[in-house]
Formats: sequence, structure tokens, C-alpha cells
Amino acid sequence: MKLTLLIWRQQGPDTPGQMVEYEVDDISPDMSFLEMLDVLNEQLILSGEDPIAFDSDCREGICGMCGLVINGRPHGPNSFTATCQLHMRFFNDGDTITIEPWRARAFPIIKDLTVDRSAFDRIIAAGGYVSSNVGAAPDANAVLVPRQSADSAMDSAACIGCGACVATCKNASAVLFVGAKITQLANLPQGDPERSRRAVRMVAQMDLEGFGSCSNEGECQAVCPKGINLSNIATLRREYNRGVRSGAK
Amino acid sequence: MVVQTDVLAPERPVEQDIFRVANNDWRPQPPLEGPLADQWAHRKDEYKLVAPNNRRKRTIIVVGTGLAGSSVAASLGELGYNVLSFCIQDSPRRAHSIAAQGGINAAKNYPNDGDSVWRLFYDTIKGGDYRSRESNTYRLAQLSVNIIDQAVAQGVPFEREYGGLLTNRSFGGAQVSRTFYARGQTGQQLLLGAYQSMMRQVDAGTVTTFPRREMLDLITIDGRARGIVVRHLITGAIERYAADVVVLATGGYGNVFYLSTNAVNSNASAAWRAHKRGAFFANPAYTQIHPTCIPVTGDHQSKLTLMSESLRNNGRIWVPKQAGDRRPPNQIPPEDRDYYLERKYPSFGNLVPRDVASRNAKQVCDEGRGVGESGLAVYLDFHDAIQRRGKEYIRSEYGNLFEMYERITGEDAYETPMRIFPAIHYTMGGLWVDYDLQSTIPGLFVLGEANFSDHGANRLGASALMQALADGYFIAPYTIANYIANASPEPVSTEHPAFDEAAEAVQARIHALLAVNGHRTPRDFHRELGHLLWDEVGMSRNEAGLRRALACIPQLREEFWHDVIVPGTPDNKNYNLEYAGRVADYLEFAELMTIDALHRTESCGCHFREESQTPDGEALRIDDEFSYVGAWQFAGVGKQPLLYKEQLEFAFVHPSQRSYK
Repeated sequence: MKLTLLIWRQQGPDTPGQMVEYEVDDISPDMSFLEMLDVLNEQLILSGEDPIAFDSDCREGICGMCGLVINGRPHGPNSFTATCQLHMRFFNDGDTITIEPWRARAFPIIKDLTVDRSAFDRIIAAGGYVSSNVGAAPDANAVLVPRQSADSAMDSAACIGCGACVATCKNASAVLFVGAKITQLANLPQGDPERSRRAVRMVAQMDLEGFGSCSNEGECQAVCPKGINLSNIATLRREYNRGVRSGAK
Repeated sequence: MVVQTDVLAPERPVEQDIFRVANNDWRPQPPLEGPLADQWAHRKDEYKLVAPNNRRKRTIIVVGTGLAGSSVAASLGELGYNVLSFCIQDSPRRAHSIAAQGGINAAKNYPNDGDSVWRLFYDTIKGGDYRSRESNTYRLAQLSVNIIDQAVAQGVPFEREYGGLLTNRSFGGAQVSRTFYARGQTGQQLLLGAYQSMMRQVDAGTVTTFPRREMLDLITIDGRARGIVVRHLITGAIERYAADVVVLATGGYGNVFYLSTNAVNSNASAAWRAHKRGAFFANPAYTQIHPTCIPVTGDHQSKLTLMSESLRNNGRIWVPKQAGDRRPPNQIPPEDRDYYLERKYPSFGNLVPRDVASRNAKQVCDEGRGVGESGLAVYLDFHDAIQRRGKEYIRSEYGNLFEMYERITGEDAYETPMRIFPAIHYTMGGLWVDYDLQSTIPGLFVLGEANFSDHGANRLGASALMQALADGYFIAPYTIANYIANASPEPVSTEHPAFDEAAEAVQARIHALLAVNGHRTPRDFHRELGHLLWDEVGMSRNEAGLRRALACIPQLREEFWHDVIVPGTPDNKNYNLEYAGRVADYLEFAELMTIDALHRTESCGCHFREESQTPDGEALRIDDEFSYVGAWQFAGVGKQPLLYKEQLEFAFVHPSQRSYK
């Protein structure tokens, strides 16, 4: 396949960026999208140009490090598919493809297609955990957990922290990400003692980081590679309300 | 590159020519006394402690944030130490432990099916083909039960029964069900549990995280590990950090083969730099190859994806009888197919162990009978199972795997056979550690896949997560305290000449990489090295091939330093600069791995030497000669390394030849 790529190039956080056009040829439909970019980068290196900076690691859709806005949609055209799992057979010979970074005030651009998502780590540090020191745990079967609760918790826990939900949201809201962690731990007896404090503190940190509010349009669920459900946002609101009313800080 | 192989005389003795033996009976630590079951408890009672008010005065560097790194950072933070946690990713949560699918073993015996600590220990040491220490392996089995307790307390959503109790499944040949799992994402859930515990300590002020940093050197002062030099991967700044203890939890070296199931940023550099500073490297030849991966489709491929081995329960593996038969699989009649595993191993058939399945797939492909565009694949055919049990049954068992296969290959495996091929996916070798997980450099501890300790020559399924978390949650916090209490390291400054020397060397190397300005990309060199190692130091090894590799690697290294091209500058995000540094290290490390494979003329576990097999082609271990851990000391790039043989003693189990008959 022969493709025209329009790629966002930006040298650093404080320098202006622009879309730059590149041509790639001999692209195999079996390549992944990131391998197609690897091929382009090899060409750029050999011609002495600075290759395009993008993040990726596991390349099997679980680490959450990759993330490109492809033709206007985070992670590209396919549902339940992270960028690294997208393959070139879903494009046609002669296509023009635009490739942009996640755009959100809370995810400042580092270089080209690489952004800083450390805000997510700070939100988790604010309360996305169970306070259980090593050595103090009771036997694993001492506390019964209904299967349905464990299954619901796992549905939420499947979040890979990629940030596509933020990237697609017109408000750059992070409530799907935050809601998923709050919901996972609220569903389990182990997470129950801290649920109020957790919700209040995580939401406060989320606001502090500059993420926007939610206006219920559901784009986040539509682009989530793991299909995290909007109900996690409803749970976040319920938990937050409960936390505020309980006076948690 | 043309290599003159005819000048190599295979009958030359390996020793003296390639390496030197420094010590045939190396005894780096006193043997542990008493029954296996009491050894860890006794050892813990002997350890010295650090008082709570003194812990915050002690700084511990942890490099890597996978299961081992995150768990040890969290544990040490909870105890009150000042912990500095480094990772190369943008967030600690991305470390490659996250990709582990199947599960984690623990000798809980919840199913009441006869499991015990002893059985888990025995399965592990036997599965490792009797090339690991009894004491370490037993401790691992003991601690397995605590790991599950800890993970559940953190909110890890393991699979449960309707009554609310935890459920188990069986895995990899064990006769009991001892594997705990969270759908197909067990690694992800365990890692997020450890990561969240670590982030809780960030909030508490005991742990500081340093993401997007790559460790480029280890600082030793007066023979002790005292700090690291890292490169900030965004600004390019060379940073120095001093500490009382350095912990490496930097994973395995599978990516030396270029293609593996590892993440693309997984690398050997931190371990290799520590090795060059004096840490011994043990058993580098022990690399595990998983038989059921999605095959390579072309030179552009950047990584391989694992498919659960459980598919072999219902799929039949075959290739065409005739080399070069390019007909589509559905047009090849049964009489023209070779179900080679069923033919060669009638009793085990398609369910032979991983190493046997992998070696046979390579063999039929070497004969020109491989399938697919590249010829490097075999069919895994579900046609008969679908006929027998119906499509719905197969969908209920493997639906997610068939979907994953279709996403990557674009093929519907209900209609056409899957194509599979073996891939590198775990490395049992690693930096040598003693029972305390301390390397040969005092103050340098090595955890998880980065050390060599518990899996011998072959790791059993669902035990990588177990080992990484046992090391991080339950072993290292005790042994590190003991080290600090005994050594009582004096404070050091990052202005110490050792830091200056290391930082200058790191800078010089970066400038050297940028200055070559040749014609080949780092990826191009990496790919060539990977092909070479896969062919000669892969699933099946022989002296001639290993010697060929040993002749090629230094030439490729030489060529790399004359012809690599790394554009850009050192002072910003420059992925190819990072990558070039890792490839340069692989080009050194690969030589040691090959020497280890060449010196060990027996077959054991995943290390199959063609010269050492039974008359019917099975791996033949030679205990009289090779029942030792091969620990290598660095002597200089391209110089003969020194071998220390830590003899393995079996007081509680009797090594037997593995048999699949």
C-alpha cells in the first residue's frame, strides 16, 4: 500500500507545532499501525531527519502506553482496539491518514505525538488504592466476595490508563478513568472502609490537574479500547456524593 | 556479512579457547542448616533489623516498576525507608508484568486436591530440570500463599465461585489446581495492585517516582553499590542518585533475540551495566521459548504475541508432507498432511511439553515444510474439534483467543487453521544472587526475572508472577534491612569521583553513538543480531552453530560502532539514541549468552544441545558434569569471561531424567 500521512510535529512543549506530510510505500496490510510508523522512522533516520516521537511498549493492547488520534479518533477506527493492535488492513491503498497526539490541557505535549500523562499517576496516588500493608493481610478466603461483585470489579479494573477517554472528550474530562478505579474498589469489601475518602480525594486531584467536567455524551466509552462502561461515571458521582455528605477529606 | 566458518575447527576444546574457569567449586554462601521447611524462618530470625526511626535516614534505589520493583518499593516505603523508584516508561503502571495472562500459582490447596508447599516446590524444581537451589525454590513455594492473601487485600479481583470463595484452575502439566487468575489479565491486576500500593507510599512521602529514566550505570564505592547514573529520557539530562542500597528489578533479556513476546522497551542494559561493574551473570543460556505464538509476517514486525497454550488441548498441529506445498490448507488432503507431533509422540501427541513442541516446529520449518507467507509457521487446526464438539463449544472455550488472532492476522480460525510459531518469552538466566537476593556486589540486590534464582533451566507456567512478588513483598524487605544493619553504609555524595567517572563515561558513550553517523539504523543491527541468535542460540543448539555465532557477534559489534546512524541530539527525547544504547549492550551480552550455551554441552530444560540427546531424541542431562549454576565474571568486552561453578546439592529431592513417555 502507498499512503500519505499527515503527522503532528512539535519539537517541545513550548514550541509551536504543525502538520507535516509524509509518504510511505510498500506498506503491508499485515503490519500494525505502529510498525508502519516504525518503517517511516527508519526512512527518516536514513535520510538524517529526526524521527517521529511516539510512545509504545507492550504492543499487545494492555500496557496503555501507546495512543494516537488517527483520523480524528483516539486509537483509530476500530472499537475495542488500542493503537498498537490496529492493523493496516483496515486502510486502503492511496489513503491519507492524519495522526495527532492526545490533546488535553492536563496532558501537555512533550514532543510530536508524545504527551505527559503523569496526572493519572497523581490521581491514583490521591486515593486509588486499598491501604493494606504487606504482612497484615488475612487469609485470602477469610472475606467472601460475591462473584457478581468480583466480576463487576474486574470489568472496571480492566482500564489500561491510556487516556483515550480524555482525548476524545470535548471537555477533556477524566471521569471515566477515575470512575473505573473508584468503582472497582467500591465493589469489593476490601475497598469499602476508604470509599468515601477515596472518592473525594481522587475527584479533588482530578480537578486540580485541569481535567474538565463531564457532559454525558459518552464518547469516552465509544473509544475506550477496553470498553469501560459509562456506569462507572454514575458510580463515581454516587460515591463522591456519599463522600462529601460524610464529610470525608 | 560473510563469515569464514571453515577456519573454525569444532573439535577444539572450548575451555581456554573461549572462556576460563576461575573456580570449579565456588561456595559463595554457607549452606543453610536444618529441614527445608524451617530454613527461611531460621534465616529471618538471624537477620538484623533497622529500627523504625532509622529507616527514613536510609535511601534505597529501586530500578524497574514491574511486579518485583513495585512490590519492593511499596513494601520498603511502608516500612519507612526513603525509596527512589525509577522506570523507563511514562508511568510505573506500564511495566511489562502487565502483559502476563494466565495466572499465579499458590499452594493454598483450597480445592482440597492434595496440593502442598512440598508439591509446588517439587513441581518447580523438577520443571526447572534440577538446575536451581532447593532452599530458594522451597522458600518460593512457602511464600506463594502469602502473595494471594496480600493481593486479595489490595482489591485484586481474582475469579471467584458463586459462594464468594476464590476459584482455581490447573495449568501447565500440574496434577493439582493451584492457579489463581483474573480473567486473562492476571499480570495486569497484580501489577496494578502493587503499583497502587506504591502510589499510596508516594502520597505518604516515603516513595518518590522517577519515570522516563533509563539507568545507564551502577556506582560502586569501596566495593559496594552506592548509586546509579540515569538519563532523563525527555530532557536528556544525565542525573546522579546516591543510596545505601540499589535494587535492580529490570526484567529479562528476551529482546536480545529482536523478536520476542517482551514489550519493545524491555532490555538488558541495566543488568548488563551492573555485570560490567562486577555483578556475576548466571546461566544466560537458559531462555524459554513458547510454542504457541502468532507467527512473524515480515521483516517489519516489531514484536510477537502469545496465544494461550491451552489451545493445544483441542487443536491438531500439522504441516504438509512435501516441502514447498503451497496449496491453501483446506485443499491439502489428509494423506498429504503430517501431524508430526502425533506421529512422533503417540502418547502425548499435541500436548508434549513446551520445549519439545517448539523444537519440532522449528525442525519442520527448517525442512522447508513451514506454512504461511514466510514459511515460518505450522498449522494449529480446530477442524476436527469443531466437527466433534461443535463450533459453539470451541467459541465458549477460546472465543477471546480466536478474536485476538483475527485482530492480528485478519483470519477466521473457525474456518481456516491458525498459524503458530514459537517465540522467546522468558529468560531464566539473570544476575547471580545469593539466598538473600544479593548479587556479588554488596548492596546490589536483584529481584524478579532480572535474577537467575528459582526457575532453573525452565520455568513452569504461572510461576513468574509468583517469584517476582515473593522477591518484592516478602524476601527483599528482610534481606535489605539485614544488609543495612550489618554494613551500616556511610553517606556518600553524588559529587564523589565514582559518580564523576561514571557520568563522564555515560556522556562519552552517548556522544560516540551520535558521532558514528553511518548508514545502518539501530533496528537494522538489532534485527540481524536477533536472526543470528534465533538460528544459532535458539531452540536447538550445537557446537558448530554456537561457534558460528561467536565468530559473527564481534564482527557485528565492530560494524555497529562504525556504521550505525543515530540522528538528533542528546538533549531531548531521542528514542533512537536510547535504542542504540540498548542494541550496543545486546551486542556485548549476546556473546556471553552464546559462550554459556557453548560451554554447557549437556541438554537441560530449555537448553537443548543436539550433541546431548537420548537415542529417541529427548534432552539428555549430564548431572555428573553440569549440576551447577554457571556464574560468569566480566573480564572486558570481547575478553574471555571467568566461570564460577556454584555446585548444586540435592539433599531433599533426587534429580531424575524428565520423561514424557
